[in-house]
Amino acid sequence: MTRAHLPTHARPRPPIRWNSSIYWVIIGIAVLIALSFWTLDLQLARMLSIDSAVRMGKFLGELLSPTLDPKFLSKLGVASLETLAMSALGSLIAACLGLLLALPASKTTNGVKSAWYSITRLILNAFRSIPELVWAALLLISAGLGPFVGTLALAFHTTGVLGRLFAESIENAPQGAAQALRIQGVNEGRIFLFATLPTVLPQLVSYSLYRWENNIRAAAVLGVVGGGGLGQMLAFHMGLFQMSETSSILIAMIILVVLVDALSYLARRLMSR
Amino acid sequence: MSSTTRSPHLRDPAWLGRVFWAMAALALLMPALVATEFKPWIFFDPDNLKVSMRFLADFFPPALGSEFLLLVVRETWRTVAIATAGLTLAMILAIPLTLVSTRILSISALSGRMHFLPSCVRQIVRWLLIFLRSIPELIWALVFVRVVGLGPAAGVLAIGLTYAGMLGKVYAEILESGDAHSTQSILRNGGSRLQALFFGLLPQNSAELTSYSVYRWECAIRSSAVLGFVGAGGLGQQMDNSMKMFNGGEVATLLIVFMLLVWLSDLLSGYLRKVMQ
Repeated sequence: MTRAHLPTHARPRPPIRWNSSIYWVIIGIAVLIALSFWTLDLQLARMLSIDSAVRMGKFLGELLSPTLDPKFLSKLGVASLETLAMSALGSLIAACLGLLLALPASKTTNGVKSAWYSITRLILNAFRSIPELVWAALLLISAGLGPFVGTLALAFHTTGVLGRLFAESIENAPQGAAQALRIQGVNEGRIFLFATLPTVLPQLVSYSLYRWENNIRAAAVLGVVGGGGLGQMLAFHMGLFQMSETSSILIAMIILVVLVDALSYLARRLMSR
Repeated sequence: MSSTTRSPHLRDPAWLGRVFWAMAALALLMPALVATEFKPWIFFDPDNLKVSMRFLADFFPPALGSEFLLLVVRETWRTVAIATAGLTLAMILAIPLTLVSTRILSISALSGRMHFLPSCVRQIVRWLLIFLRSIPELIWALVFVRVVGLGPAAGVLAIGLTYAGMLGKVYAEILESGDAHSTQSILRNGGSRLQALFFGLLPQNSAELTSYSVYRWECAIRSSAVLGFVGAGGLGQQMDNSMKMFNGGEVATLLIVFMLLVWLSDLLSGYLRKVMQ
């Protein structure tokens, strides 16, 4: 019996369903990859040479000898706390601003858009598409170096992200309680506070916590352009080629990130149980 | 209408609790405000205000000189190229690591516990992946700028390593989340592990795998634009230069280009994901 006689469901499904557009997509991707490597002038020969391997080895060797000077470690602890505070405060500001902007950015019950709908959506998109690091570099000009800039940078980017998510969950909220109040003649502000907000609050909180987790990672990095916390220390000591300090900071960063990952994993396990 | 004149059934029963928790949150917030040197009034310091107003006033009109635009186009392409090359490198690293670390392709795990040596290898690969992705790409880039010098190579390596860690983890999760039945029956009937992969796992999961990879490409474009700030080439480096020279017009153009790029890659990746399904 040849394959053609088998009923279709008995044949193994091919890994990809081949149709004409897929060929073009694959050719396009291949061309894009080839062009990328070709135009970038990566100097692969130099990168893979013995010379660079030696340099890499030396560099890694230096990175493997972290300093354990208690004075430095206490400074590191302060910087880690600063990073945590930046991320927490940034996320909190973003949650408040995001909620404020999400209200005009969400359609009302009947699918009617408010007059401010498109302009707030545009603002949210603009806030979101500029990454934290660029925000930090922009804010540096008017507020100078330090953790304040980092906090605001996180807050601005996260406002864009959370605002859009919040607007979507407000739009998709079940309407039962809101409708009941509306029939009673309660005004829209109260309806939001006492019906819609309590219904969507758990979702808003979980989005915010998730963004906070992301922001801790981002906050560790932001300092590299001058936004305070661990990153600023890293940029400073790396700039001075103080490798043992650099290595301690890197280790602190990894510990912070792994810790946050583990905690959020545990929290999610506990909540989903 | 104040709350005293309002009839009792209209009063918020949880009012006291709400006020208490709001106060408690504020008290908890104080140390954070101190630690982050939260002083919004610096913005309104006359000196700072003058500098920022001048910078912002420069934003309009955006720089549109043909020479500068040509430079921007070149840097934009480099950003895309760094992201693409980085993601290719990440996939080259991640695919073998995934295959080694997926539990579902283990023959000894078909009957009870996995053998000691393979399970050790799997654990080590997992740790390697965790290590790769727990260092942010910007830090990798800083490190590689030291080793291979300024330029796109550092960006490609940074994206390659971080994204290898992410892709490896998520690929393994996707492969293991599906229905294991077909894969296991291929293995049980004497099929090789590669056969089990191609005829059991991939047909089931290919759509999800490609769509995740495309999504990551989109993320890679965003991060490669930023990596330039530490000297890894692309739009970020240009933006850094323009900001250091307080050239508001150039910064405005670069920001617009950046938003367009993100928006376009968003559209393209949405289209690709639809085609690949």
